[in-house]
Amino acid sequence: MADAIAAASTDAYARIVAALIRITDDWTLAEDCAQEALTLALQRWPQEGAPGNPGGWLMTVARNRAIDMLRRASVERRKLAELAVLALADPNPTPAEEVVDDRLRLIFTCCHPALALEARVALTLRTICGVPTADIARAFLVSESTMTRRLTRAKTKIADAGIPYQVPTGRALAERLPGVLAVLYLLFTHGYNADGQPAFADEAIRLARLLQQLIPGQGEVSALLALFLFQHSRRDARRDQRGNLLPLDKQDRLRWDRTAITDGLHILAETPEDGPYALQARIAACHATAASVDATDWPAIAAWYDKLAWIHPSPVVELNRAVAHGYAHGPTAGLALLAQARAGGALDDYPLAVAAEADLTARHGDRVRAAALFRQAASVAYSEPERRALLDRADELDRVGDACEREVMTR
Amino acid sequence: MKYMMFVCTDTEPDTDKADEPDIDVWVSESDTCGRRLEGSALAPTSAATTVRVRNGRLLVSDGPFAETKEVIVGYDLLECADLDEAIEVARAHPMARAGRLELRPLVDLND
Repeated sequence: MADAIAAASTDAYARIVAALIRITDDWTLAEDCAQEALTLALQRWPQEGAPGNPGGWLMTVARNRAIDMLRRASVERRKLAELAVLALADPNPTPAEEVVDDRLRLIFTCCHPALALEARVALTLRTICGVPTADIARAFLVSESTMTRRLTRAKTKIADAGIPYQVPTGRALAERLPGVLAVLYLLFTHGYNADGQPAFADEAIRLARLLQQLIPGQGEVSALLALFLFQHSRRDARRDQRGNLLPLDKQDRLRWDRTAITDGLHILAETPEDGPYALQARIAACHATAASVDATDWPAIAAWYDKLAWIHPSPVVELNRAVAHGYAHGPTAGLALLAQARAGGALDDYPLAVAAEADLTARHGDRVRAAALFRQAASVAYSEPERRALLDRADELDRVGDACEREVMTR
Repeated sequence: MKYMMFVCTDTEPDTDKADEPDIDVWVSESDTCGRRLEGSALAPTSAATTVRVRNGRLLVSDGPFAETKEVIVGYDLLECADLDEAIEVARAHPMARAGRLELRPLVDLND
């Protein structure tokens, strides 16, 4: 029964909140009513059995609750009349056009660039995904009351600044979509990071699918979804039993989620290759389809990174480009590009940049220097699993070094 | 909604060489479509005067002369459906590139 409620609520929550916001203009009321409907379902369904149309049931309960609260606050008749009609909008089987639009409207409003980036991510999690404020607070490393204030401030800004509840059109859609995708990407990373909330990655994938369905024909939306699927396919293989992060070459590729990879490849096949997410997805696809690190098509990956660095230059892209070239064309080529990437100083103390230099140095043959660099990377690592993984690499190099020395002495 | 659009200078203006939009065209277009209610350039801060009352005493002083180079040099009062519309009006103003624009909604005290 708990599963039935969870399934129905995952699908219905955003629809209910989005529809109630459209009509009442009141974000808190919308969330409260949707939440109350879910609570009532948890009480009633286990005893009375789940209704035939769980989504419709939840929508009706939430709507009635909203009418009650608004009557008490005696708001104008127009809103109440519109709410009464909402009963007909059955959120589950064949969604009415306007209900679909509501969720899209909600996404674009939550991701409006006039809101602070962190507020956008938090608001998306709270309002669209229905994640409890306490969970969001934990992910952002702040107290629940701080997160509550942040969310309230964002909702106040939406009302006070006149941020519209609408999907932009024409040029504005093209300008705003990357911002929405950036929020989804952050959401995914929050789920994927070593210390993150894994559930956020699932939410990001769900939202990307929803966007793909609601605004079809946007290559970057599909590309982002494919990218998520490739990265997510490795979720079970990324750690050893102790919880340490494993690099690609240490992962058991049999544990990669083939269904997710196949799904991603299908999506990618129909996506034009020119956008930044499309290029990243193609790189991820090369990894996902390779039998081992050595069997990976590194020249292809290096070429994709060249394109990506050209259209979307950033220090991290330059770093990854150097690593790819190191595998494709030898560590000397990689070290040269890495030196270029670090010249601006933007990668100073960035653990992955130090780790990349360590790795290239090791493959270049200087094990002692490489081990020292891995320890240096560990000293600036962002998380404990990351730190342990880097120290393991250093220890491994020491052991290989010792073994070689012994071999030389016994000869 | 009414928005006060403060026209400000910025220490990092746009480096794009493309032609800057013409302020007269912007004013006449924004007036025609009814999104600009009024507006004006402001005299430099050297002409500014500060007025305060403290403990019943009037204090008048020269300035303020902001330490920064980012100062308000003009304003326009806009009437727009929402923030997105106001952003569209602001982006077409020449100072969106030469400086920056700050949109502040007016508070309707009768609301």
